[in-house]
Amino acid sequence: MAEGTGVLIIGDTSGGELGSTTLELLAAGQAVATELGEELAVALLGDTVDVPAQQAIAHGSQKVYAVNHPLLAQYQIDFQLTAVEALCNEISPRVILVARTNEGRDLAPRLAFRLGVGLAQDCLEVSIDPAEKKLLANRPVYGGNAIAVVSCEETPQIAAIRPKAYEPTEADHSRQGEIVSFPVELDTSMARTQVVDTVIEEAEGIKLEDAHIVISGGRGLGGPEPFAHLEELAKVVGGTVGASRAAVDSGWVPASYQVGLTGKTITPDLYIMVAISGASQHMAGCSGSKVIVAINKDAEANIFKEARYGVVGDWETVLPALTAALKELTQA
Amino acid sequence: MAIKIGVLAKQVIDPEMPMAAFKIDDGSKKVVPPPNIPPVVNGFDENAVEAALMIKDAQEATVTVISTGTEFALDVMKKPLSMGADELVLLEDSILENTIDSFLTAQYLAAAIRKLGGFDLIICGRQASDWDNAQVPLGVAEILGMASVSLGKKVDVTDGKVRVERIIPDGYEVVEAPLPSLVTVSNELGQPRYPTLRGIMAATRKKPTIWSASDLDLDSSQSSAKVSLRDLFVPVSDQDCEIIEGDDPGDSGRLLALKLREDKVI
Ligand SMILES: Cc1cc2nc3c(=O)[nH]c(=O)nc-3n(C[C@H](O)[C@H](O)[C@H](O)COP(=O)(O)OP(=O)(O)OC[C@H]3O[C@@H](n4cnc5c(N)ncnc54)[C@H](O)[C@@H]3O)c2cc1C
Ligand SMILES: Nc1ncnc2c1ncn2[C@@H]1O[C@H](COP(=O)(O)O)[C@@H](O)[C@H]1O
Repeated sequence: MAEGTGVLIIGDTSGGELGSTTLELLAAGQAVATELGEELAVALLGDTVDVPAQQAIAHGSQKVYAVNHPLLAQYQIDFQLTAVEALCNEISPRVILVARTNEGRDLAPRLAFRLGVGLAQDCLEVSIDPAEKKLLANRPVYGGNAIAVVSCEETPQIAAIRPKAYEPTEADHSRQGEIVSFPVELDTSMARTQVVDTVIEEAEGIKLEDAHIVISGGRGLGGPEPFAHLEELAKVVGGTVGASRAAVDSGWVPASYQVGLTGKTITPDLYIMVAISGASQHMAGCSGSKVIVAINKDAEANIFKEARYGVVGDWETVLPALTAALKELTQA
Repeated sequence: MAIKIGVLAKQVIDPEMPMAAFKIDDGSKKVVPPPNIPPVVNGFDENAVEAALMIKDAQEATVTVISTGTEFALDVMKKPLSMGADELVLLEDSILENTIDSFLTAQYLAAAIRKLGGFDLIICGRQASDWDNAQVPLGVAEILGMASVSLGKKVDVTDGKVRVERIIPDGYEVVEAPLPSLVTVSNELGQPRYPTLRGIMAATRKKPTIWSASDLDLDSSQSSAKVSLRDLFVPVSDQDCEIIEGDDPGDSGRLLALKLREDKVI
């Protein structure tokens, strides 16, 4: 593909509004486009995209490609891929940013391979190497034990950004932008995979990703019952309960509780970790927390290198005392 | 007719090694394999082997495990055979040195799959625990023009279709795709089976097929990396942990509550 110019964001409009990860991409994209001195554009795929288009412009997009097609209303990889590929061939962007969401995880690699270019996966930060106009991406590797700085050899340079790595910028509704309609041809026979059923297993209460306070339990809890103590503390402080992979793999809590590299990414104000050792793969999902508190009986546990506050002790004694004291303090 | 299943499995350094054993050679910007800690089959790839064997338990199927890399530890890579896989193909070549680039790996794996006559179903791990890319399988699918379903926790084959329970953030969705297809699986699939004594004996007798890059039909335009590594470093945590110490653990819990209240985090 030719040299290319501009930054293209693949947007998410699934809720009828611009998704929060797209707002994060816009923050990343604005910085990159400014460094390049090139245009920032967003592609919106769906059946109606007026509201999100205005939101994208207010958040810094100079152009919105409205890729309207009824078959794009629901996410389906073959339709999305065909539409995005057609758009990329038409406008030849220099940089493409995708959010590493449930959908983006599939779209970004297939798009990169289809266009025959590289992809920087799971990026925490992107910037521009001005000499070569190359995108530089910082991304955790080896379960978060190391950070790699990578660049893509060819254009378009594609980066998949980890959710919550960027803070959305403020909307400015006085901004003007251009909305360009981009028609695509799709037919139902293109869809090779089909979702035949969806089963939601979500726990009640505040979503893990949205909670301001999260209390997670690990293997050291020894079984499913102790999670009731975590729930109790969560109730006192208005938080939600999460878990380490060890607790999930043991079958103590559902997979949707898992925090970490292959679980959820959370950035609460307070993260209380109970009987979790603090392996890098767990920390990969929670290191953006404002305050981390660790309760662990092993003073040598890695978590004491990452936490702001720690108590070395058995959770069976520490946790009930903490809960009782907080109950008293918050009700006073 | 028997279903032909291919499993893609990577040899990686043990991700559960002590953190202190994780070292980077600053000059070459490479991860130094920890001495005395043997490599392992990537954990999610053992899940992939398990998924394949579960299908084989239910119907007539053959399971071929394919891997590309350098410096294979044969006893490690034979583990899928001892679990019950039928065949092991190792593509060993210095060009396939473990780098962050997925493009080459996917090209060579796709070429090996073609040489083996293709598969009805290819099962992979969701990601390799070294570079955590989660892209080789989707690349292979794209190169071979196959449908793909990622993050499976249950994989069934019936009537020429694969049915996958695919993990989504709040539960799962059931996805169907026609064969041939590629599926990636996650640890939610469940604990992979342990090799039986009989399986281990059978595996010792089996000889893997070993190829080098020149055994495959790939032109050089397809064999250059697309992602380059500019730097690799261990992040430093500047966090100072304040250990709250009371007269006894219960007292520490109370003091912690006071501290959090004082700091207005609660
Ligand atoms: C590719 C890959 C991806 C992964 N993704 C994730 C992920 O997304 N999320 C994740 O969490 N993990 C993930 N892991 C697993 C990770 O490496 C660790 O194995 C896991 O996080 C360990 O969980 P844990 O801390 O609960 O258990 P352990 O490491 O066993 O720690 C248990 C802790 O409990 C403490 N303890 C025991 N008894 C008590 C007691 N009575 N009171 C107080 N403390 C006690 C112990 O001192 C110990 O520190 C991944 C691994 C790989 C290879
Ligand atoms: N060198 C390799 N040999 C065989 N399979 C691989 C190799 N690299 C990646 N894979 C497969 O692709 C999955 C995802 O790997 P990755 O894209 O590197 O994170 C792994 O879990 C394997 O199933």
